[in-house]
Amino acid sequence: MLIIIFLSSGLFLGWSLGANDAANVFGSAVGSKMLKFRTTAIISSICIILGAGISGAGASKTLGELGSINEIAGCFIAALAAAVTVSWMTAMELPVSTSQAIVGAIVGWNYFSGAITDYNSFMKIFASWIFSPLLAGLFSAVFYKILKTLLNYAKIHLLKWDFYNRAGLIIVGAFGSYSLGANNVANVMGVFVPIIPFKPLDFGFILLTSAEQLCIFGGIAIAVGVFTHSQKIMETVGKNLFKLNPEAALVTVLSTAIVMFLFSSEWLEGILIHYNLPTIPLVPVSSTQAIIGSIIGIGLLNGGKGLNFKMLGKIASGWVTTPVISLIISFIALFFFQNVFQQRVYTPVPYAVTAEVAVKLADKGIDSSIIEKIQNRSSKNAFTFREFLRKPSLKIPEDDIKTILEYSRVAKMQVDIQLIQQELRDNWISSEQIEALTKLDGMNFYYTWQLYDSLSSFSDKWTFRRATRANKLYNQTLKNRLNYIYKKFTVPAAVNQ
Amino acid sequence: MISIFQKTQDLVMKIDNFIDLIVQANLHLREGVKLYIEGRLDEFEYRLKLIRESEGKADSIRKDIESQLYIQTLIPESRGDVLGILESMDSIIDRAKSIMMDFSIEKPYLPDEIKNQFLELTEPVLKSVEELVSGVRAYFYEINSVKNHLHLVKFYEKDADTLTERILRQIFSMDIELSRKMHLRFFAKHIDLLADNAEDVANRLSIATIKRIS
Repeated sequence: MLIIIFLSSGLFLGWSLGANDAANVFGSAVGSKMLKFRTTAIISSICIILGAGISGAGASKTLGELGSINEIAGCFIAALAAAVTVSWMTAMELPVSTSQAIVGAIVGWNYFSGAITDYNSFMKIFASWIFSPLLAGLFSAVFYKILKTLLNYAKIHLLKWDFYNRAGLIIVGAFGSYSLGANNVANVMGVFVPIIPFKPLDFGFILLTSAEQLCIFGGIAIAVGVFTHSQKIMETVGKNLFKLNPEAALVTVLSTAIVMFLFSSEWLEGILIHYNLPTIPLVPVSSTQAIIGSIIGIGLLNGGKGLNFKMLGKIASGWVTTPVISLIISFIALFFFQNVFQQRVYTPVPYAVTAEVAVKLADKGIDSSIIEKIQNRSSKNAFTFREFLRKPSLKIPEDDIKTILEYSRVAKMQVDIQLIQQELRDNWISSEQIEALTKLDGMNFYYTWQLYDSLSSFSDKWTFRRATRANKLYNQTLKNRLNYIYKKFTVPAAVNQ
Repeated sequence: MISIFQKTQDLVMKIDNFIDLIVQANLHLREGVKLYIEGRLDEFEYRLKLIRESEGKADSIRKDIESQLYIQTLIPESRGDVLGILESMDSIIDRAKSIMMDFSIEKPYLPDEIKNQFLELTEPVLKSVEELVSGVRAYFYEINSVKNHLHLVKFYEKDADTLTERILRQIFSMDIELSRKMHLRFFAKHIDLLADNAEDVANRLSIATIKRIS
């Protein structure tokens, strides 16, 4: 019961996402009166739930790297802060990004709990906020030019083109909605996935894991949001910013769908790696930013005439304020929740440089003089430990600080094969990997690297390969698997203390 | 989806049929005026019957197109323009029929010296309608070539104006009764107004085209 209450904020965020972000996919189609709101609401709801259920569970890791919320009450607050921010902006009829809101909320939790926000992940996500609208704008300008040229040559009857255009909008919109469900359900449910352990549901013909159940819940919440509250936003996107003609509507939806696909497709990353091409970072992108970028792309192609710059300014200011507002709400709410309601909103993650850690650090090339200075030091959280390491008197280079933080993070784990029965049944890990895990069954570890070292000593299937472009996908998959089992085997805080 | 495509196909056919009927009416008018001038009144009456049929069909097809466009909420951006163009095209076929009917009812007496000039006048008038029809077809199939046709509509309309003025000057310099002069003036202007109608539709088409190209 308590779980349902805590989960409610995630569902609220899902609803906000449906009301707001989902509108982006079909907004230009509805705004240009090419499709009816009802039709689009039905199609996008179905596709979002499908996307969330089929591909959403895999995407939940995207936010995990940024900051890993380790208490359900913390998840509740983070999702609530993001949802309140999104709903508030939606009420003001401003298109707003759910990705930005949840990132702001997670960073707020990081500040509150003393965890360190992973700078690389944050920069990746932040860069996507800039690149996704730029890329969408570029795509839409190019596609629009190509489409117009093709239409001049093809001599298609206006009415037939109208039909193809509508069919295209439905197909592309469905694809966009699927990508949205797959990519953005992680924003809604991602924080809950490692925390909420639903029992797998066996329907006989299909078996739903805990993560899949959460994603389906999230998908349904999004769908409800689409039906109940997205109509107004659809009209804002499709009409107020720039009056779109039907061809422009098709192109903007297509560009948005492609951008979301590019930034979230592991399949595409696999292909790029296979052909030794540079890959695109897989980060949660904002459909809002993508669609607005693509509308501006077409607007600028037409010489910028007809673009509503005042509205554009309002939207752009929302992009800056969304994460900040969400961060502040999250921080304040966590404070209240912890001190007024006496709820535990985070599990402290202590750091300690034990003798084993010292050996490991020496092994990793950290200077012995540095190790001497920090040996036997411990700290209640990452933030205070980093402050200590950064003391000018210690003179530790920034790269070494990162390594020290990585290896001194205490994470008490107990290997329990029973906990990952579901994953084993799904062939989620190979038989060789299972064998190695089985050998460690029942053993305790205090650091994640200890578990990793033990696993890789038993099987090279648990060992990272050399960091080359060709090995990127392999290493990424292994990293995800390892992070997953670290979380699964972590001993609950109550037992830990 | 297939049924929607069939409905669209059906509508495309209806619009093509409507435009074809305008072309037919135009041809009947050309032949009709010629037959009247040559005094072959039976054949003239047959042409009048044909043009009446074309007008009736065009009217019902246009209404059909109108309701179908609204019911299926097709071409939301250009619907108003398309309906406006089709409606004003209808006024062209109406005028063509009305010219023929007035010839049939009033049977104006055409002195020999202006018979040929009436025939000459019908040429640019009918050509302006032909170019307009091509322009309307291009609006549906090849938007960028619309302006080439619109330019010719204007050119022929001017030509018709010049010829009308010449006919009117000649009529009023002739030694016939004033009532007869007035009667002939009515017919010359009646025919010329067809080109003016074509020009009006062309202006409308021009704006609709600009809206779609931009």
